[in-house]
Amino acid sequence: MSTKDQVIAIIAEQAVLDPSDVTMDSTPESLGIDSLGLVESIFAIEEAFDISVPFNANDPQASDFDISTVSSIIAGIERLRAEQS
Amino acid sequence: MNRVVITGAGTINALGHDVPGTLAAMREGVCGIGALELRDVDRLSIQIGGQVRGFEAEGRYNRQQMSLYDRFTQFTLAAAKEAIDQSGLSFSGELAAKSGVVLGTAGGGVSTWDDNYRSVYEDGKNRVHPFVVPKLMNNAAACHVSMEHNLKGPSFTVSTACASSNHAMAQAFAMVRAGMAPVMITGGSESMLCFGGVKAWEGLRVMSRDACRPFSANRNGMVQGEGAGVFVFEDYDHARARGAQILCEVAGFAMSSDASDIVMPSKNGAARAMAGALADARIDRSEVGYINAHGTGTAANDKTECAAVADVFGPHADKLMISSTKSMHGHLIGGTGAVELLACIMALRDGVIAPTIGYEEPDPECALDVVPNEAREAAVTVALSNAFAFGGMNAVVALRAV
Repeated sequence: MSTKDQVIAIIAEQAVLDPSDVTMDSTPESLGIDSLGLVESIFAIEEAFDISVPFNANDPQASDFDISTVSSIIAGIERLRAEQS
Repeated sequence: MNRVVITGAGTINALGHDVPGTLAAMREGVCGIGALELRDVDRLSIQIGGQVRGFEAEGRYNRQQMSLYDRFTQFTLAAAKEAIDQSGLSFSGELAAKSGVVLGTAGGGVSTWDDNYRSVYEDGKNRVHPFVVPKLMNNAAACHVSMEHNLKGPSFTVSTACASSNHAMAQAFAMVRAGMAPVMITGGSESMLCFGGVKAWEGLRVMSRDACRPFSANRNGMVQGEGAGVFVFEDYDHARARGAQILCEVAGFAMSSDASDIVMPSKNGAARAMAGALADARIDRSEVGYINAHGTGTAANDKTECAAVADVFGPHADKLMISSTKSMHGHLIGGTGAVELLACIMALRDGVIAPTIGYEEPDPECALDVVPNEAREAAVTVALSNAFAFGGMNAVVALRAV
């Protein structure tokens, strides 16, 4: 499974949606994922890809990881995988 | 001061998954203690306990809830639902704003600590699930009861080891009696039957390897149990006005501290708690027909407790009945007083006294009517429930038939 498909599967499970309902420009809010759900998604992503995501739930904007849309999350993961491999 | 009554009861423990099942088992003298089924049980020297079996949390709670509910919270929510359903109450408006939750637990999410320590120490993982803290915190169960039932008044958790539930129920009673809340949900829960939880208790060398035999001369220690008991404590006038079914009245309580030893019980501290509860409830000692003993099955507790009863009741000590239902459901630690309150309710409502099972040999130091091995029918109008915790923290609740 590609990184994109894996991330979409994780986010869809968290949002209790079908993966086909998760698009690249979906935002966590548009998918109904609250702050706790976001932290849980980050944890699932870290477990799935064996990476460490620099995400601070106190101030998501200050983190060096853009969680604004599904596509920005995927791009961030690909960068981290390259850096942490 | 308001009168306070119990209008709902719920439980889950080794004897049953609800109140009718538990009371039926107590009447029959069923032993819920058996071989422990848990990971690495072969590395434990104590391999028995009063485990809750056949409780499928997966079917009751959804995936998100499961990630937040430790087993002690799962038990609490099941018991709270039974209690609140029985009461017929639903919480909204002013009632919701004033009603709250006070629960007891000694360890909180012990198996969550255990699982995650295992993960980082034994399995070498460097990451744990984000909800470990909200899942293991001692007040998690009270939080989820408050959220599930829309209880917006005073809510908190009391932790006094083996007396946690009695301290919690005494506190809830005081709040309703004082008019601070019309209804309080109270009781307690515990779930320590995991490898680390049992291992810790092993260290004290007070656990029995074969059975819990309170007051019996050949008793050889306590046996751990698990589960929850939850009650609806309600202002009497509030309950009457809505035509609620009343299980019994909570008449009074007392708390005392031995201020002496971290593990050894004190006759004086126990006696002061029982005498204090009678004074608080304005009950003459001759009215007491039944005491649900703390009765752990250890050498120290049982003889100290019997001596305290003799001190408080004088000649009447030989007329009243005292039993320990821990012989059947095990010691639920912080949840134990809540499950044991059910035996008091059964005595007051149904006229059935739960037995002390496993009783084999009389002990001259426990020479009271301990209702050995078989339940007994008797009319009782006042019952006491004892809890004496490590650290000498004692809490006794007095109940009266309505």
